[in-house]
Amino acid sequence: MSVTQQQMMQGFEKPSFWKTLSWFDWIWAALVIAGGIYAYRNLPHLMDVYEIAILAGSTLALITLGWRWKPARALSLAVVIISLFGISRYGTDLGLAEQDFFLRFLVSSQSAVMWMSALYVMATVAYFAHLLSGSDFVGKVASAMTWSATTMGLVGLMVRWRETYLVGADVGYIPVSNLYEVFILFSIITALVYLYYEGRYRTRAMGAFVLLVISAAVGFLLWYSFDRGAHEIQPLVPALQSYWMKIHVPANFVGYGCFALSAMLGVAYLIAARARPGSTLARRLPDLDLLDDVMYKSIALGFAFFTLATILGALWAAEAWGGYWSWDPKETWALIVWLNYAAWLHMRLTKGWRGVPMAWWAIIGLFSQDMDSGMRRNDVDLSGNVILISAG
Amino acid sequence: MSSPAASTRAAPSRAHILLEFLGSMNLAITLLMAVAVASVIGTVLKQNEPYQNYIIKFGPFWFEVFEKLALYDVYSAGWFLFILGFLVVSTSVCIYRNAPTMLRSITHFRTHAGLNSLRAFHNRQEWVVPRPEAEVTPQLAAMARTHGYRLRSQDHGDHRIHAAMKGSWNRLGYVFTHAAIVIICIGGLVDGNVPLKLKESSGQIQVETRDIPASQVPAESWLSVKNPSFRGSVTIAEGTSANLAFLQLRDGYLVQPLPFRIELKDFRIEHYFTGQPKSFESDLVIHDPELEEPFESTIAVNHPLIYKGYAIYQASFNDGGSKLNIRAWPLLARELQPHDIESAVFQDVKVTSPRGPLTMELTDFKLYNVNPVEDDDASGKQFRNYGPSFTYKLRDETGAAREYENYMSPVEFEGRSMFISGVRTTPAEPFRYLHIPADGKYSLERFLKFNALLRDQERVRQLAEETTRGSFDQLTLERPELRQEVIENMVHLVGLFTQGGVDAILEQVNRSAPEERRTQVMDAYLKVLQTILGELYLELLAGEGIDFSPGMSETDARFFDDSLNAISSLGHYGAPFFAQLTGFEHLQASGLQIARAPGKNVVYLGCALLTLGVFLMFYVRHSRLWFRVEEKDGHTRLLFAGTGHRHERDFAEEFTRLRSELEQRLGIVDRPAPRP
Ligand code: HEM
Repeated sequence: MSVTQQQMMQGFEKPSFWKTLSWFDWIWAALVIAGGIYAYRNLPHLMDVYEIAILAGSTLALITLGWRWKPARALSLAVVIISLFGISRYGTDLGLAEQDFFLRFLVSSQSAVMWMSALYVMATVAYFAHLLSGSDFVGKVASAMTWSATTMGLVGLMVRWRETYLVGADVGYIPVSNLYEVFILFSIITALVYLYYEGRYRTRAMGAFVLLVISAAVGFLLWYSFDRGAHEIQPLVPALQSYWMKIHVPANFVGYGCFALSAMLGVAYLIAARARPGSTLARRLPDLDLLDDVMYKSIALGFAFFTLATILGALWAAEAWGGYWSWDPKETWALIVWLNYAAWLHMRLTKGWRGVPMAWWAIIGLFSQDMDSGMRRNDVDLSGNVILISAG
Repeated sequence: MSSPAASTRAAPSRAHILLEFLGSMNLAITLLMAVAVASVIGTVLKQNEPYQNYIIKFGPFWFEVFEKLALYDVYSAGWFLFILGFLVVSTSVCIYRNAPTMLRSITHFRTHAGLNSLRAFHNRQEWVVPRPEAEVTPQLAAMARTHGYRLRSQDHGDHRIHAAMKGSWNRLGYVFTHAAIVIICIGGLVDGNVPLKLKESSGQIQVETRDIPASQVPAESWLSVKNPSFRGSVTIAEGTSANLAFLQLRDGYLVQPLPFRIELKDFRIEHYFTGQPKSFESDLVIHDPELEEPFESTIAVNHPLIYKGYAIYQASFNDGGSKLNIRAWPLLARELQPHDIESAVFQDVKVTSPRGPLTMELTDFKLYNVNPVEDDDASGKQFRNYGPSFTYKLRDETGAAREYENYMSPVEFEGRSMFISGVRTTPAEPFRYLHIPADGKYSLERFLKFNALLRDQERVRQLAEETTRGSFDQLTLERPELRQEVIENMVHLVGLFTQGGVDAILEQVNRSAPEERRTQVMDAYLKVLQTILGELYLELLAGEGIDFSPGMSETDARFFDDSLNAISSLGHYGAPFFAQLTGFEHLQASGLQIARAPGKNVVYLGCALLTLGVFLMFYVRHSRLWFRVEEKDGHTRLLFAGTGHRHERDFAEEFTRLRSELEQRLGIVDRPAPRP
């Protein structure tokens, strides 16, 4: 053998991370940075120094996300293009929402959210069909619908962002401030986390279960919108006018999305654990080990973000109310949720608990989380009043 | 996590058993869940309400049980703090026992792994490579390094172990996370109100429950100016100042003096076009004896002032005792003699009235009242400012009170201008509004005159006589007393109407007429009433010099109907006068929250550690590889094993990839070593 060691080693030299990036990755980074600079140059009057920092941070985060998870790039581009289209149809006249064809049926925030809702529900049906039939094609359709729904949901939020400024220049705010908006956010984030795992583990068997909880959120959203007119844009009370909100709320909803996902995987686990081994159902349902693993990963991800969000919430409270922790019901429920998942993680990691009990626990966790997001409603609705009333 | 020390010791000491218990996972989880359950109680049961509310809710027996358990203030209850303290101790012990091992494992490569323990790994592979060791080892090392592993080798005589490891910072995550819990709890304890509770239970301080000026609060309810940590609030009116804060505690308060004085120069509130508040700002002046000159600072919601460790927040706003000029028009008397009142919000005014002495408690003044209006034009929703309003309570001798909300200017309703005044008996219900039509000069005058006229019995009787004269001439010849009866009836009807409105008449009909004739009687009564009131109204118009001979204008006709509606509801309205706001001087007050929290930075440090720790723990993956290399007769026996701490599943995939890479590097096609 006449191969030298040097030659042999060269073939296996793992290139540094930077070298693994393709030219498309660099175009991606350039595009995102250009977008960030554009925002910075054109909207400086709307941002304070913290918000500029958030903009810079989001730019970097989006670049990294696109590098690490390639489909995020196509999604972002689609969202940007459709959103810009919607925003350009508006010009400066909010009244066009009813008159312009495209706005009315496609890209006003209200219509985009309707599209999102419809697509998520259809995707749920499709995932079930995929689960029951095992048809690959149906599975692909289900995925495509979920991607489209997520795109439309993001477009809805983006266009709504612009709409808030059209309502009044002083009204404008990032649409993550009331229950209607955060439910959209919740659906989108849960779907994104799910889509990530779908790609990562190359299975669509979990989709039916996860989309079920998204459909439930959509159901609530529609009721809230039609029955309560929740989609109407209301200006922010002073307490919510803070850059903290811009990071606290999304971080929180990454947490909620992940916890909801793990609960639904818990449901899938319980069903799969009961299916007769070797039966068609057992073959179609996701693999138990996989479920267990994804359940853990998603709780871990959720826990990390929830920790961050709770801390951000405390920092915000310190700045708005004068105390980082007041044991008010909202904060306390966040603590309960957090402690619950901390205990869950300990059980799994140090006691090695697996399987059915952990699945049940993840499902029960969802209820504590529901209480928590229920409390959040007070956060949004009352915080204005609290400020008025506490004068008493 | 088992402690290696535990298994080697023969007879564990008592201290050791205690440590074992405190650091045990079961205890930790029990404590975590106990805090969670206690917190659930604390959110389900509203905390720190006046005890009276709890007695009503639970009854005396359970009230006492719950009180003994301190459920009304869970978060400063002894048992809750005990659990928290226990959790801190348990976590500390856990760190004490595990951290050294964890920290060691960051640098420890485990180059002593024995053959059997390596063979026990789930991820392992053995080969016999037809090459000398000197050719194999560089390949192993290169592969490990290119995948981010650090490598350490050890010669064991007949064989060598190359141990590799990456992501060992993960173990630091454990230390950070758990140390953070301890740090946060300690910081929180510093800022919590435990010292306050202790002082209270030892009788050093006493909660004040009376609503009295701070200067009259006895010394037991004052805290020291040096008090390191507190959170209180104070309301300061424009142009005034304060050097103290009130700490709310259950149904009372304590007074916290400040080492400086806060003056409110100006308070501003901005509104959105929808009338919702957009921002509140206070211009403060801080007077500190230690400063040469006072300094100014503006605070707003989310933008506090931090001075000498005291944080001053914009929390709320209130009226600051606006001066009000009120004209009280009697509603129940026959002469229209207004009474002018000069007072201010938060003041009481004594009033004598036909209903006995009343106290008018002025409670609030609002400069703007922006409300949405459904408009017909295409723009859809619009908002309108109803202008200034003030609220007051009217309390009678028995202590019962009604609350009123009166608007200063008339408001447009369906094309007519109305003075509106809301009334309610409890704060829980919405206001019901009295609408009084405004006359052509946008004043109350015509309505008030009309109302007074109806209450002038002589005039009413006179008019009744006039109206009956013509129609009764025939009849009265036969029965003169009949006409008198009709007149009396008319006067009585008007009287009923002015006192109780249409309802009172209906009631009378229900009482006196047989059921089948009630509607008929009622119609007749109303017709009579309408006639006589109409006559009175015409007289009023004539008095104003209005010529209605061609027929009454629509405006005047509407006015008549609106007036009757208003008069009819005066019975429910309840106030014997209408309080018209004629002038004001707006004064605002700013509600400040003042806090001192020296533990805050400790808590923040803990939070930073916690975040860092959690991300290290979850996202830095700790993996180890071993290569056991043994040369024999020019061949190399290679054992490759690995483990991924807390990410076995993903590591198994990585291991498979590494294994095939190794096979390629070493040119092994498929020749696993025979098992010895
Ligand atoms: C409020 C208190 C606590 C919180 C929030 C907490 C949080 C966590 C979290 C998030 C993990 C991550 C698991 C992982 O991914 O490795 C963990 C691991 C762990 N915790 Fe705790 N913990 C707490 C108290 C305790 C206590 C009291 C003990 C002592 C028995 C303990 C022992 C451990 C151990 C041994 C691990 C596994 C570390 C490893 O090997 O990776 N924890 N803890």
